[in-house]
Amino acid sequence: MTSIFPPAIVFIMGALLIPFLKGRLKSVYMLILPVVAFLVLRGIPEGNYVIGQIMDKDLSLRIDRLSLVFGYVFILATFIGIIYALHVKESGEHIAAFVYAGSGLGAVFSGDLITLFIFWELLTISALFIIWSNRTKAAQGAGFRYLLVHLFGGVSLLSGIILRVVETGSTDFGYIGLSGLSSYLILLGVAVNVGIPPLHGWLVDSYPEASVTGTVFLSAFTTKTAVYVLARAFPGEEILIIAGLVMAVFPIFFAVLENDLRRVLSYSLINQVGFMVVGIGIGIPLAINGAVAHAFADILFKSLLFMGVGAVLYRTGTAKGTDLGGLYKSMPITMIFTLIGAASISALPLFSAFATKSMIITASGHEGMTIVYFLLLFAAAGVFHHAGIKIPFFTFFAHDSGKRPKEAPLNMLVAMGIAAFLSIFIGVYPQALYSILPNMVDYVPYTADHVISQLLLLFGAFSAFAFLMYTRIYPPEKRSINLDTDWFYRKAGPAVVSLIGVPFARIYAFLSRTVLETLPGFLAWFSRNPYGAMKIGADIILLSLSGGGKEAQKNLQKEKAAYPGTLKEWSVSTAVTIALLIFAAYLILFFFSQ
Amino acid sequence: MKKESDFFDRPKVRKTLLAMFVVSFIVLLVSDFFVHKHSYFYWDGLPVFNAVFGLVGSLSLVLIAKYLRPLIMREEEYYD
Repeated sequence: MTSIFPPAIVFIMGALLIPFLKGRLKSVYMLILPVVAFLVLRGIPEGNYVIGQIMDKDLSLRIDRLSLVFGYVFILATFIGIIYALHVKESGEHIAAFVYAGSGLGAVFSGDLITLFIFWELLTISALFIIWSNRTKAAQGAGFRYLLVHLFGGVSLLSGIILRVVETGSTDFGYIGLSGLSSYLILLGVAVNVGIPPLHGWLVDSYPEASVTGTVFLSAFTTKTAVYVLARAFPGEEILIIAGLVMAVFPIFFAVLENDLRRVLSYSLINQVGFMVVGIGIGIPLAINGAVAHAFADILFKSLLFMGVGAVLYRTGTAKGTDLGGLYKSMPITMIFTLIGAASISALPLFSAFATKSMIITASGHEGMTIVYFLLLFAAAGVFHHAGIKIPFFTFFAHDSGKRPKEAPLNMLVAMGIAAFLSIFIGVYPQALYSILPNMVDYVPYTADHVISQLLLLFGAFSAFAFLMYTRIYPPEKRSINLDTDWFYRKAGPAVVSLIGVPFARIYAFLSRTVLETLPGFLAWFSRNPYGAMKIGADIILLSLSGGGKEAQKNLQKEKAAYPGTLKEWSVSTAVTIALLIFAAYLILFFFSQ
Repeated sequence: MKKESDFFDRPKVRKTLLAMFVVSFIVLLVSDFFVHKHSYFYWDGLPVFNAVFGLVGSLSLVLIAKYLRPLIMREEEYYD
């Protein structure tokens, strides 16, 4: 069945044509690519297809309900992200974006572990170029760190895959579950991309450094691809509940303090993925549906928020809370779209997360997991705090920064408009999303109980915010950065390296000095007048033994200064005689040793 | 460029928004006593539990974060 054309290839091959096109044609072409990918995907019936071979192993494509949801939303996110980036003239970033999105598609539709690994690595490399396309020194550094962390994850994943293929004899990518070294290695590799603490440092380090348009892409694919792999291979693993809870809870503290709003959104991204990971960990059909649905909704509202803050960054040159405020006056449309994103992530009724995140929380309650339920509720209030209130408040309201930037460019507004529309659409008509979820579950989000409880939670949280702002207890925005786990390789790492490296460097320097300078220097000095040198040596020893008077020391100084002096001129015949004597001595020695 | 809006700076608008918030909060709080609950634990079915939880949760979130700040905050050039 080689007639099947994988949608990933539409993006990856399609990207190669971009640099040859110009102006409007290029824009139209880039907008058509996602449409083509969608049509190609729709044209493939569910099932497994062999699409190639590598070292006797089949490379295969799997289309089923779980992979399809991710496929659809990836194509949608590409479409929106490209509209948002249409004003970017350079082809490089667009190519990287399409290869990146294509890798995401390839990974979720891979039917075997080898295909998965290939696209997994391509995802890392293309993400690196998206980060680097910002061309700042900060982006360059963040890119290198991104690469190193993900190479570690990739190596772990590959080792796990190889072990597994050896153990089971099959490359099939399906349910793996936690048992044995290979599965732990695979999970570790995936955990890097999910951003499970303490492996999340790369995310808040690199995403805020990418370009305005690049971050919109980055926010959608890497983590969600990894969520897909978890849902496919590790559903119902209890350790994921714990990991997910940590992800959902700890970033909200950082997000409250963070000044760079794109970094706030990165923390909020970890927090949202945390909900998904908890859902996968719970593992019942409702929870898996919730995780998948929430991934779908999150890609839309998170990119919407990144687009809103990105538009502000594009117009004002900054995304820092301290430098912004009052922008609603001149960017009202961006403000409205950002508010829709904020309402969606906060799970306000009629907005997307209300219909998706709630499935996960409900599932935890359904399973009687008290602590999980309690912490998720806390995290849900925390989301509202940093993403729902903080982002729009400090950007568009709060103190007037005096900045009056122009409204965002039309293409950005269109992209935000689409994402905003879809976020509301899912909130108002969730059945559309529910109908494509992997499991058949009857879930009704709009009950009086649920609507009122959720509104009360949000109203309560808002009252807390208003109270803290009014009493000025709320920690003021400060120009600062906050330490996170990337500290370990950005500060502690170099310190450890120098702790080990500096002594080694000293030893090496000592050795090279001795071997390459001191010793040859001495030999050169010695051979200039061996007799005189030995005499000086003997005198030094004698002097140090006798304690030595001033007279003797003076003599030694004189001797040293005079060195090497004029050597005794020997006639040629003397030299020949000496050589002959040595030769004779050698002969005698040789004779007796026989 | 259009003339800028000052909609949210008008005291009247601010007051109206605040009033709307307070009134709807009260309505919600009252209706919470009458709605039929599908609670999973004994505590989450209590009336106005979520409002209190949202309030207290957010307060503790910000206060903990505030006291965390001296521990994790560094100047912007820390890594340069």
